[in-house]
Amino acid sequence: MAATIETIETLEQATGKYKYGFVTDIESDKAPKGLNEDIIRFISAKKDEPEWMLEWRLKAFAVWQKMDSPDWAKLDIPPIDYQDAYYYAAPKTSDGPASLDEVDPELLRTYEKLGIPISEQKLLAGVVAVDAVFDSVSVATTFRDELAKAGVIFCPISEAIREYPDLIKTYMGSVVPVADNYFSALNAAVFTDGSFVYIPKGVRCPMELSTYFRINEQNTGQFERTLIIAEDSSYVSYLEGCTAPQRDENQLHAAVVELVAMQDAEIKYSTVQNWYPGDENGKGGIYNFVTKRGACRGDRSKISWTQVETGSAITWKYPSCILQGKDSVGEFYSVALTNNFQQADTGTKMIHIGEGSRSTIISKGISAGQSQNCYRGLVRIQPGAENARNFTQCDSLLVGDRCGAHTVPYIVSRNPSAKIEHEATTSRISEDQLFYCLQRGISEEDAVSLIVNGFCKEVMKELPMEFAVEAQKLIGISLEGSVG
Amino acid sequence: MTPLLEIKDLHASVGDTPILKGINLTINHGEIHAIMGPNGSGKSTMSYVLSGRDGYEVTGGDVLMNGQSILEMEADERARAGMFLAFQYPVELPGVAGMSFLRAAVNARRLDKGEDEIDQLEFVKMVRAKAKDLSIDDEMLKRAVNVGFSGGEKKRYEILQMALLEPQLAVLDETDSGLDVDALKIVSEGVNMLRDANRSMLVITHYQRLLNHIVPDYVHILANGKIRRSGGKELALEVEESGYAGIDDAA
Repeated sequence: MAATIETIETLEQATGKYKYGFVTDIESDKAPKGLNEDIIRFISAKKDEPEWMLEWRLKAFAVWQKMDSPDWAKLDIPPIDYQDAYYYAAPKTSDGPASLDEVDPELLRTYEKLGIPISEQKLLAGVVAVDAVFDSVSVATTFRDELAKAGVIFCPISEAIREYPDLIKTYMGSVVPVADNYFSALNAAVFTDGSFVYIPKGVRCPMELSTYFRINEQNTGQFERTLIIAEDSSYVSYLEGCTAPQRDENQLHAAVVELVAMQDAEIKYSTVQNWYPGDENGKGGIYNFVTKRGACRGDRSKISWTQVETGSAITWKYPSCILQGKDSVGEFYSVALTNNFQQADTGTKMIHIGEGSRSTIISKGISAGQSQNCYRGLVRIQPGAENARNFTQCDSLLVGDRCGAHTVPYIVSRNPSAKIEHEATTSRISEDQLFYCLQRGISEEDAVSLIVNGFCKEVMKELPMEFAVEAQKLIGISLEGSVG
Repeated sequence: MTPLLEIKDLHASVGDTPILKGINLTINHGEIHAIMGPNGSGKSTMSYVLSGRDGYEVTGGDVLMNGQSILEMEADERARAGMFLAFQYPVELPGVAGMSFLRAAVNARRLDKGEDEIDQLEFVKMVRAKAKDLSIDDEMLKRAVNVGFSGGEKKRYEILQMALLEPQLAVLDETDSGLDVDALKIVSEGVNMLRDANRSMLVITHYQRLLNHIVPDYVHILANGKIRRSGGKELALEVEESGYAGIDDAA
């Protein structure tokens, strides 16, 4: 795969192995270190929030303080000192994205380096609108005017809290309640920015929407919150990408994503997660503790999660669907790749409540180096979910002999008419397959990348085209050093 | 002119078991050599040792390609240098699209030579043209590499790869195994089309029948890790009649 070779070479010359490991030298406005009510007031004031939002945050903080960090995942998480981090950092020049002309050129250069198109004129046909979140603030949102013509709202969530308080009050926390878990409570207390999307009734969003998250500051956590509402018979496809500089210490990323799909609405949510994974000795990297959940509230609504997870030192993430609507559909397509000392515990929950609800889970886990990769999933059929169906396929691929793959499926069926299928395989790249590729002149690293991409094909084809190519390369790069 | 391939007193083991016990063979440009021998004589081992597979340890002797020893080269480097092995049992690569795989192989060679990657459209045209000669249809090209292929399809696919990669030396390991008469004919015609003054072949086979279709310049009989007899194409017929019994003693 020559394109991969080329990419790998360019990257190695540029920054060693992790392409996005650079730091942008930009002055930043930070809250003092530590976590307490004053910090939360500081964040709320910085965001110019209404009183009710501050109260919501403070309540969440009180809840969080009484909770314990979850320890049921197959993860070895070193203790986190929540007082030793910054909870707010913003590029000094940016008071929020008024227009692209006002965005600090240094920031635009950063996103250019990351390959994120946030200068509209450079795009040919406007196929993707981007919200760029840098540390704690959104620095640019593109194509807003064009989207507004279709009635679509796409803006930083901090702005939505000020401009659309009714929508926020109705939906925020309605899918992932504040007290859902330790990290969702923490996020509710200190979340700084994220994206807000509203698709009105009957509207098919005219372009892909995308948020690009970037952690830049040292010792900061990123706590973004995203809320997507799709009204009756609407459609939106949303993409999310993430990177961070290469640093020796660990940084926390605890996001919450809530999706709401009304009758006949469809939301397609794709993630390419490439936070800094730490070095080959397991030093540094992002802790990615994320709560993502979608509610299929209306009949025949559909939510589809696709994720390609290659980054982060530790991943704790279970994008889920609550299938309330009659004949609603939930899908989860996942590739989770771990190398070196990375740990991932990821999967999904499909909660069938509505009659005739259907779900599909396709999970592909790849473990290399000395990493540990665990699929954890729950399929729950509630008594009222007459004729609910689930199909689950969990495949694990091992590269080398020092890594681990684990599959932990939970199935709870409380309705005898439900049909649930579960298939699982564990395999390793065989010496026969490798030799066959080598004998055709393909280098060992490219051969592994080719075989692994083949293994992930069912998931990759769910990604929007422009993301799929990127994701394929990413898999090759992430596997570097896993063989030979 | 330097021979394309020189095998000099080659000894090789798998684990602790010596399999090749002093092979000597010289192949000049454009020549076709056949290696025949009974089961367990070391035929397949020879193909793996030449192509550099892990686990096949050379314990003595040397192998030169165009005058240069290749023993220190990795399998992929040897392949890019012009060595091709048509597998007796081609390997399935689930999910790996045939076209991507073929293009990766072609591009690996081109990049090695400092050329640009092949143009996508040009590549598709080239593959289709060569596939047609081997009765490989578009549907088969779209499938994952070797997945769900019949025995005959797998062998035709091997020859397609050979046609695309244009090797200097092609080692055909029991290419006739598992083929019916019609499939054998298609595969042999494919191979014969690739015969030219610069391409040499080493045809490994148990049976003489393949050599009716791919007619060799020389035939060697391998038994118990050594070449026991060498001759022209008539040697294959002789073996066909009298069998391999007694060959060991003839050395």
